[in-house]
Amino acid sequence: MSENGFRPFTPDQVSRYARHLILPEVGGAGQRKLLNSSVLLLGAGGLGSPAALYLAAAGVGTLGIVDFDEVDASNLQRQILHGTADVGKPKTQSAAETLQSINPDVKVIEHRLHVNSENALQVFEPYDLIIDGTDNFPTRYLANDAAFFLKKPLVHGAIYRFEGQMADFTPAAGTGCYRCLFATPPPPGAVPSCAEAGVFGVLPGIIGSMMAFETIKLLLEIGEPLIGKLLIFEGMDMSFRKVNLRRNARCPLCGDEPTVHGLIDYEAFCGAPAVEPSEATVQVG
Amino acid sequence: MKLTVNGKPVELAGPTPLLDYLAGLRVDPRSVAVEINDRILEREEFARAALREGDVVEVVRMVGGGL
Repeated sequence: MSENGFRPFTPDQVSRYARHLILPEVGGAGQRKLLNSSVLLLGAGGLGSPAALYLAAAGVGTLGIVDFDEVDASNLQRQILHGTADVGKPKTQSAAETLQSINPDVKVIEHRLHVNSENALQVFEPYDLIIDGTDNFPTRYLANDAAFFLKKPLVHGAIYRFEGQMADFTPAAGTGCYRCLFATPPPPGAVPSCAEAGVFGVLPGIIGSMMAFETIKLLLEIGEPLIGKLLIFEGMDMSFRKVNLRRNARCPLCGDEPTVHGLIDYEAFCGAPAVEPSEATVQVG
Repeated sequence: MKLTVNGKPVELAGPTPLLDYLAGLRVDPRSVAVEINDRILEREEFARAALREGDVVEVVRMVGGGL
């Protein structure tokens, strides 16, 4: 132990993190902070892969991975956590093996489950920050609401064909949430899924890497995080634009007269809730 | 009349109902959020909203994918 109570970096760590240690914005204190940080990734797929790989390489000390699926051959075109030999394995296991091989400093916690209104708060609770790289609206709304109730920052990313979106939400700080823009999930059939519409394989690499970038900025409290803006990337003309996404006074979650007071399980197809909210709701605080 | 939609200049013959404009783009109004001059419209407002000269409009698609 050093005099300030921290374990000094090992020679391997000094070497591994040399390019961070030399950056004044990170340095020894920042690197120590990353090693002591914990991040939960929802989805070990297209967005979760690059995000998790970069967070592990950067030395974020604890990475939780939520995914119930097994690796499928159709994932390999973009989900770079997984290789050909991983087909058939649980994604959490494949992800843990890959991340551990990149950086043994990182502790990977496998959550092989579907998050729902009953378990979300418990799963999210131990983590400093949540990354939403899921593939469906029910989980996106659940993640948004649970992060708000737990006052945890949420890094949001989504992809469709050649277009991606991302934002940082810190709604507990009064800066708006996903529902400020999209109050409720779309009705069934209004929005196609990636499986129905296709996704350009490198697209999640771009959006997921930016999610890792924003995550580290938020953990280290450096720079200007993408709060109050939705970043939209159009790959076909390589353009980025930002849309204002400030707190909406009429937001059903973080607005002046909220109507969402607990977690809701929306129907998998994204229409009305599977059961009435009054029954599905888990009261919070 | 000139306005800006998604950061790009757009020219329309005259004031245009939002739903007509979206229909012309073949955009399902249930799948987007619309911001006009920095104000996010509620879904119930779509039917009576219109695009006018000089408006700055953002039509943001709901994107769910990630895996």
